[in-house]
Amino acid sequence: MKTTRPAVFKPSLLAGPAIDQTGVEERTARFTKRSIKAASKMQGLLMTLSMIDLTTLEGKDSVGKVEQLCYKALHLHDAFEGLPTVAAICVYPSHVRTAKKALQDSLVKVASVATAFPAGQSSIDIKLAETRFAVAEGADEIDMVISRGKFLAGEYEYVFDEIAAIKAACGAARLKVILETGELGSLDDVRKASQLAIAAGADFIKTSTGKIQPAATLPVTLVMLETIRDHYYKTGCKVGMKPAGGISTSKLALHYLVMLNETLGADWMNPHWFRFGASSLANNVLLQIAKEKEGCYQSPNYFSVD
Amino acid sequence: MPTKKNKSTLPRLRLGAGWSYAPAPESAASARINEQYELFINGKWQKPAKRAYIDSINPATEKKLYRAAVASEQDIDKAVVSARTAFDKYWKKMPANERGKYIFRIARLLQEQARELSVMETLDGGKPIRESRDFDVPMACNHFFYYAGWADKLEFAFPNRAPRPLGVAAQITPWNFPLLMAAWKIAPALATGNTVVLKPAETTSLSTLKLASIIEEADLPPGVVNIITGAGDTGAALVRHAGINKIAFTGSTAVGKLIQQQTAATTKKLTLELGGKAANIIFSDAPIDQAVEGVVNGIFFNQGHVCCAGSRLYVQESIAPLFIQKLKDRMATLLVGDPMDKNTDIGAINSAEQLEKINYYIRLGKKEGSLHYESAVALPKKGYFCRPTLFTKVAQSSRLAQEEIFGPVLAILTFRTEDEVIEKANNSPYGLSAGVWTDKGSRIFNMSRRLKAGVVWANSYNLFDPASPFGGYKESGYGREGGVHGLLPYVSF
Repeated sequence: MKTTRPAVFKPSLLAGPAIDQTGVEERTARFTKRSIKAASKMQGLLMTLSMIDLTTLEGKDSVGKVEQLCYKALHLHDAFEGLPTVAAICVYPSHVRTAKKALQDSLVKVASVATAFPAGQSSIDIKLAETRFAVAEGADEIDMVISRGKFLAGEYEYVFDEIAAIKAACGAARLKVILETGELGSLDDVRKASQLAIAAGADFIKTSTGKIQPAATLPVTLVMLETIRDHYYKTGCKVGMKPAGGISTSKLALHYLVMLNETLGADWMNPHWFRFGASSLANNVLLQIAKEKEGCYQSPNYFSVD
Repeated sequence: MPTKKNKSTLPRLRLGAGWSYAPAPESAASARINEQYELFINGKWQKPAKRAYIDSINPATEKKLYRAAVASEQDIDKAVVSARTAFDKYWKKMPANERGKYIFRIARLLQEQARELSVMETLDGGKPIRESRDFDVPMACNHFFYYAGWADKLEFAFPNRAPRPLGVAAQITPWNFPLLMAAWKIAPALATGNTVVLKPAETTSLSTLKLASIIEEADLPPGVVNIITGAGDTGAALVRHAGINKIAFTGSTAVGKLIQQQTAATTKKLTLELGGKAANIIFSDAPIDQAVEGVVNGIFFNQGHVCCAGSRLYVQESIAPLFIQKLKDRMATLLVGDPMDKNTDIGAINSAEQLEKINYYIRLGKKEGSLHYESAVALPKKGYFCRPTLFTKVAQSSRLAQEEIFGPVLAILTFRTEDEVIEKANNSPYGLSAGVWTDKGSRIFNMSRRLKAGVVWANSYNLFDPASPFGGYKESGYGREGGVHGLLPYVSF
């Protein structure tokens, strides 16, 4: 295990290249023009399933709901052989124990949101306590939100220190840092927040909570992937990426994979370094897999709605 | 003993190593290609007087695609006479809004048959289907739509000046954008009331011949547009013909100079759109990742067969190593191969002759001592292909930095200051286009004022619009195509 040095804020962390929105949009439009067919499509669909963080983040979440979702995580569609499991279940801290128990010894991870999700409007002590609680309950991964209010007010050091403190509280759990890009307003700020999060110790950077529109978009994700790439060029260290919210069709998921494939390459094309935060994507992918296997579209009624 | 770590090499990404894309070919069946094409003169398909034909091959397969008539002086005379008759009898008398209707009709028919035209353009010229589908054909349609709108509004384009058509326009188009260049030439000529004799390049006549059949379908009065095919001799004879009032030529600077010599001491009006060696300039404050993309679009679009290609890259020294690394990584994801595959980024080089010219320059660059780099992509066994290539350590005095290669070969030079790069960028016989990448608005205005180039793109490259004029400085030619400016070469006052 690597010894962790406490991360220290430096204003130079904020310096990055300018981002030209028009150029970013042109580039992402090119990704959507890749035509993914036959064996590549099947491979992409299976990869998508294996990268899903199957998510339920609602006030009405209950033990019953979480247990059923965990069963779905392990048994996406038993009528088809050879399907992977999803990468993780993503729940509120209070459901971590239930999920952990339901998933038992499987490879499916339990991710917990924390730090006063989704707004992040609370004290650092409460955020730390919530993180420690989720980890103690057995969470393998923590999805924190950054303090967007502080970030937009220019209090970068505060945001940085908060991420670093949560990272320390995570222990062995991997930390995903949610930037909530829909509230940041510009791609330049997305870039800046990504750099800040990575420097403060993020294992993953994540676009959105799913509670704010717009959530993940191709342009925002590209800017984040390029930040990860620059970090890798500089240090040789990898950081993961998780677009979340709004990715509900397999076609769109394949666009994201094309973008990943052509931006970071083969080393990131696995659930360890790339995730989709989604609740309804899995079934759409299953429908497509059925179509590839059987040549025609099936009724959605054949696929469980969890 | 620990080995010394080489700090200059950045950690490498494994691009193009994992997930690959299965072939996604466009169907060639959507194009109905005849075995033989005649000349389109006076609204009829006519056999060439000397019964001579020339084969055109598909550069991706080296297989014969069709054969096209070779027009001799006799045929050219017939075409010019029919264009003159059509001008006197129909076209100049027709109310301008009626003329506009015909041009609109051509635009709509082009749109309806876009798929077939894209497939033809790709099979005949080797460019990726993605480009003919998303750029060449829609842009050609847009030019007809745009100029159709001008037909009855010429007095607003030239207030109080009473524009009059010139008469018969002889137009010669190149092989890199056959249909689009035909649209650039025919649409403004018709809108201003001229009639046309157009000759496409002999290696890529197919889409222009299809355009002729669309013009036939649009029921234009006979002789308003005549399409004659053939090689350089045909073009030369057309230029020499005494019955033409105007020449519009797009092609090489060498041929442009010949045409200008031949038209000296005649009343023929002339516009030339010739070669280029455009500087694409990257400042250290540029949006780096988007600039990399702009460089790729600038030089690898259409296999680099673009007169305004950004073939001289100037990178500010402080960011050069990172920029070049990013460029190489981006090149690793460019797919070279079957132009009909929807995923192909770089298709076939247009002809064996052109491929040889490109390879000559690659050999020359190595000999000059520049560092050669090409992507590792596998090339098809058959057909004319070239990997995306760049040279670093190129000097301003290298021929690689001075001469037009017209292929996917980028020469990279570095610079230190703004004044230096302006001087170097202008230090070229050409002056067609340039690109400037910086986050600083004032610098963009300064650069675009001082760069001697017809088009300066800021934080973008190779963007076109029918409303925007295009044309060169110096040996890149004169006259403008596109926009209101594009009407001017076809009128007198």
